[in-house]
Amino acid sequence: MLVVKDLRTYFYTRAGVYRAVDGVSFHVNRGETLGIVGESGSGKSVSQYSLLRLIPSPPGKIVSGTAMVDGVDLLNCPLSELQKIRGKKISMIFQDPMTCLNPYMTIGDQLMEPLFIHDNMGKEDARKKAIIALEEVGIQSAETRLKSYPHELSGGMRHRVMIAMALITEPELLIADEPTTALDVTVQAQILDLIKALQKKKNTAVIFITHDLGVIAGVADRVMVMYAGNVVETAPTAKLFANPSHPYTRALLGSIPSMHERGQRLRTIHGMPPDLSKEIVGCAFAPRCPDNKEKGSCGTTKPELVAINSDHYVANCVGCVANKLQPLKNKGESNFSKISEVTL
Amino acid sequence: MSTNEQHLLEVKNLKTHFPIKKGSFFSKTIANVKAVDGVSLNLTQGEVLGLVGESGCGKSTLGRSILRLIDPTDGVVSFEGKVISEYSKEELRKVRPQFQMIFQDPYASLDPRMTVYDALSEPILAHKIVPKSEIEKEVQRLMNLVGLASRFIHKYPHEFSGGQRQRIAIARALALRPKLIIADEPVSALDVSIQSQILNLLNDLRKELNLTMIFISHDLGVIKYLCDRVAVMYLGKIVELTTTDELFKNSVHPYTQALLSAIPLPDPELEKKRERVILQGDPPSPLNPPPGCAFAPRCPKKKSALCETKVPTLIEMKAGHWVTDCPCNVGHSA
Repeated sequence: MLVVKDLRTYFYTRAGVYRAVDGVSFHVNRGETLGIVGESGSGKSVSQYSLLRLIPSPPGKIVSGTAMVDGVDLLNCPLSELQKIRGKKISMIFQDPMTCLNPYMTIGDQLMEPLFIHDNMGKEDARKKAIIALEEVGIQSAETRLKSYPHELSGGMRHRVMIAMALITEPELLIADEPTTALDVTVQAQILDLIKALQKKKNTAVIFITHDLGVIAGVADRVMVMYAGNVVETAPTAKLFANPSHPYTRALLGSIPSMHERGQRLRTIHGMPPDLSKEIVGCAFAPRCPDNKEKGSCGTTKPELVAINSDHYVANCVGCVANKLQPLKNKGESNFSKISEVTL
Repeated sequence: MSTNEQHLLEVKNLKTHFPIKKGSFFSKTIANVKAVDGVSLNLTQGEVLGLVGESGCGKSTLGRSILRLIDPTDGVVSFEGKVISEYSKEELRKVRPQFQMIFQDPYASLDPRMTVYDALSEPILAHKIVPKSEIEKEVQRLMNLVGLASRFIHKYPHEFSGGQRQRIAIARALALRPKLIIADEPVSALDVSIQSQILNLLNDLRKELNLTMIFISHDLGVIKYLCDRVAVMYLGKIVELTTTDELFKNSVHPYTQALLSAIPLPDPELEKKRERVILQGDPPSPLNPPPGCAFAPRCPKKKSALCETKVPTLIEMKAGHWVTDCPCNVGHSA
């Protein structure tokens, strides 16, 4: 459905060139949910905003890359063509509905707007569709709600309106940027359930950005772990959790408190993510890597993603991942269980 | 909640209501937001009590009311047997060093124009904890305690990362050697990897200094990791209070169960298998709480009309396990 290759988004600031996304490639299939995890500043949001060219420019600039959707390159097509896709074929849910909904417009007007623009729908049809969309996301007395302004709704309801807005044009790809981070667990569970149900019904592909590995485990079919503007590991969810192969993925999984007994020491990642405005030599995670005892740089070139089996890719860092992967190259895929022992 | 042993902190029937006023000059109160509505709890020395609930359930207000950062409307708070809820401002100032608070957002709680040294020395100086000549040494001791290198002593908050700032905030809370710390969502604003550093730190400090803490959070995973006992709040009231292990194994109140089932588990296998209780709707407004059990409109187990009329009270179902006596809970107690 979507194939992204070698995406690079740089920000040209006074302090230097900030390489927010530095060579990211991935794909999403129809009906699939791709989860993207990483710390703040790892480039997970910027990479998705770049796809729809929502990066403020200047200072941001998409330096290279292609993103193909049904033969159209989102990154290089004329803006008029992108506008036909944005909000129609691909739509987005943001973290904070209060900044995403227009406080001056009733939710009815906001819901109907994309229908007027993309589907040339008449007012009466659009109204009917808006009511159905609100009912689908579980908002009661939808007809009267159309006349409400965003401030009249509770946080959970605003979120639902935003989701209804994103789904009203029946997009083929939904990009959800931390859609539940600001919510309480109970409301979060409602929203996740809703996204899953709607996805099943319409066979939508979803890109789900979050820093919560618990949420990822519940919604994603495949996970992509990002660090410092790069993908460090990508695998089907079950494989990633069972056999995390990059030290960063392991460290992330190890630092979740609910996976520990009370009082047991949590694994931590020392230090901070690197300054992306400086040139990074070798593996970006090296200074914080628990497998790298010297804390110096690790390798001289950026680690490339390699397959450890058919659908599990990991950044081939010379210090920690590469030497453990050696046996695989000779013996092939059947040795997966052995490799998992080695890498764990 | 046995009353025999000496508790460090006792809270009885605490109420904090915020009046809603209408009119500008001859304003009159038209309603009350019952943010905290009759909460009783107590803490023994060295214990960590977790306070969970959704946003707006009054957990932060409760924390602040205990410390009298907000004056409670009614109720008694006693600290080491002394009733601090009746203290005058002057008396309060004298006992204040004994309880400290850690706030959620270390970007907002530190003064951007004060260096680490300024921020940590101010309370020490004001309360004369150590002689003037030893202040620098004391500040360095505090920094070491929370894992900050003492070479950062003259740096400003903007030069630190979120996790380091939260360490400064913790050091500041510890500066007066408090007996009670109320931590209001101290890790919610931090990334997981940083969050785990701060949780480790709090856990170490707690063992080292025998701290008594009220830990406010909406994240049950964090609560499970750190706390001895947990109080679950819903709309200004405690609905269940018990030890952490008991809460995670044998929770009784349907709201607690819903909260527990809503935690996303970082395990795809378990996630697929387990059944979730998904609550409908949002919490009701504390301005106009439903009569009877506040949870009744969303309760998946609602049994009878009694739920909507009878206001449940907290009872001790079995030793140390307190829960509201709604009809749906009482069935379990037999």
